Amino acid sequence: MLFLVAGEARGEVLKLDEPLSFWGGVDPETGEIIDLRHPQSGMSVKGKILMMPFGRGSSSGSSVIAEGIRSGSGPSGIIMMEADEIIALGSIVADEIYGKAMPVVIVGKSEYESFTTGQQVVVSGSGLSLI
Amino acid sequence: MSVNLSESDQAYLNGEQGPAAASAMRVIVRLAEAMGASELLDVSSAHIDSCLYHGPAVLDFAKWLEDQGGKVKIPTTLNVSSLDLIHPDLYRGDSHWGEQARLLMDSYERMGCKPTWTCAPYQLEERPNFGDQVAWAESNAIVFANSVLGARTHRYGDFIDICAAICGRAPAAGLHLDQNRKGEILFRIKGINESLLDRDVFYPVLGHLVGKCTGSAIPVIQGLPNEVSEDRLKALGAAAASSGSVGMFHAVGITPEAPTLEEAFLGLTPREVIDVTIDKIISARDELSTVSDFKVGAVSLGTPHYSIQEIQKLSQLFDGRSVNPEIKFYVSTGRDVLTEASLRGLVEPLEKAGVIFVTDTCTYITPIIEDVARPVITDSAKWAYYAPGNLGVEVIFAAVEDCVTSAVSGSFSADNSIWMDG
Repeated sequence: MLFLVAGEARGEVLKLDEPLSFWGGVDPETGEIIDLRHPQSGMSVKGKILMMPFGRGSSSGSSVIAEGIRSGSGPSGIIMMEADEIIALGSIVADEIYGKAMPVVIVGKSEYESFTTGQQVVVSGSGLSLI
Repeated sequence: MSVNLSESDQAYLNGEQGPAAASAMRVIVRLAEAMGASELLDVSSAHIDSCLYHGPAVLDFAKWLEDQGGKVKIPTTLNVSSLDLIHPDLYRGDSHWGEQARLLMDSYERMGCKPTWTCAPYQLEERPNFGDQVAWAESNAIVFANSVLGARTHRYGDFIDICAAICGRAPAAGLHLDQNRKGEILFRIKGINESLLDRDVFYPVLGHLVGKCTGSAIPVIQGLPNEVSEDRLKALGAAAASSGSVGMFHAVGITPEAPTLEEAFLGLTPREVIDVTIDKIISARDELSTVSDFKVGAVSLGTPHYSIQEIQKLSQLFDGRSVNPEIKFYVSTGRDVLTEASLRGLVEPLEKAGVIFVTDTCTYITPIIEDVARPVITDSAKWAYYAPGNLGVEVIFAAVEDCVTSAVSGSFSADNSIWMDG
């Protein structure tokens, strides 16, 4: 396990069936998934530990991530299998300007597959654990 | 993982170039750590995507840098914003949102960025040369710079773009480095009719398909005609960067780092080979439309921003005809391209025919389209991909020829014969 952006979080897992572009994919005010082609369209990322294998789409995603951290409508943490700089950057900048980071964690395939939607997870310096 | 910083990087970090440069350098170093970069490298230009308003955080960030004295160190262009400063009445959004968007634009201009307001900076007079290291944001500009120009930028997001512009440095990682630019997945064009390969509409559809199958890898496309225009490569790349996270593609015999198949893969074997057949192309095309309604309300072209050549073609397609009064016809382009098109006498006749030119922004990122209750026709896979989510509008993807014919007649029709026998 590797922290792309360090931080602590807890929440319910929402495991995405497909990668999501935050810009054009998530409403920054409500956290709702607005990409109509996404299989989990209509669900909310707010407060969730969001899992997606890798990133996708527009580089404006960093702004939507930072806005979600500022307003509290974004995920509380993100778990991925591949590093994504667009997501990392949104969290780094929120940390710099508001002192609030959202942890972004990279895990191997077997650990990634061990989590499912609906589980309660804690992200801490020592790793990921189920509550 | 720690990054080896040069003496100059360290001096920036210590505030010797002022507090804004220190803050910008801190963001670069943190990103470099996240990317696993061992050092930073010089970049010679930047393209800023952070100037599009998404809410208070982006303005807080710009002010944070500007209030600390932030100034760009290298030539820096600006991407589209939320407003059309040349045709301000086109903006139909909330006035507070518009005011905040304007504050953001002004802040970036004051930091020394050029007010180019285009998502197609590669259409400006000055553009990077082959091999130049640059820091570009905006997914379609990134893929064009890497693939078509052979310049080198990683897939940068908002925020880091201005930090790189202030420091002239970026993480030496990702697509900046030779070993990360090799092809990984081979797409072979199989049995597709030459006449379809010579249609503009084929390229965004191909890009949509390639992006969907590629994820974050680098695709190599084999079997395209020897001459493919920059506009077609632009449409291909923009589509692939929307349906996937493609930051670079190779087209064998066309793009500069892929003179041969072997060179595209740096002599290695593709990890996957995908045959692009007419059936896959047609199903990719169909995915881009949400409806096939005949009562359309508008046409939107120019995502990414239309080039001079595309405006010229549009003018030929209209051929003296006019847009039906029931339809609004929007074309998004850069202010520099519009000025040039105007000098060439292309703008006035098109405006008389009912075409509404949109500059500095784009119709799918800000409220411009008057009637979003009726479907919109577009020739852009990127527009078709994002507009339904952003605007809540139904979309019909079609060739530019069909966009014009439908706009003139007032109801949607398409020439499906071009897709027939492959």
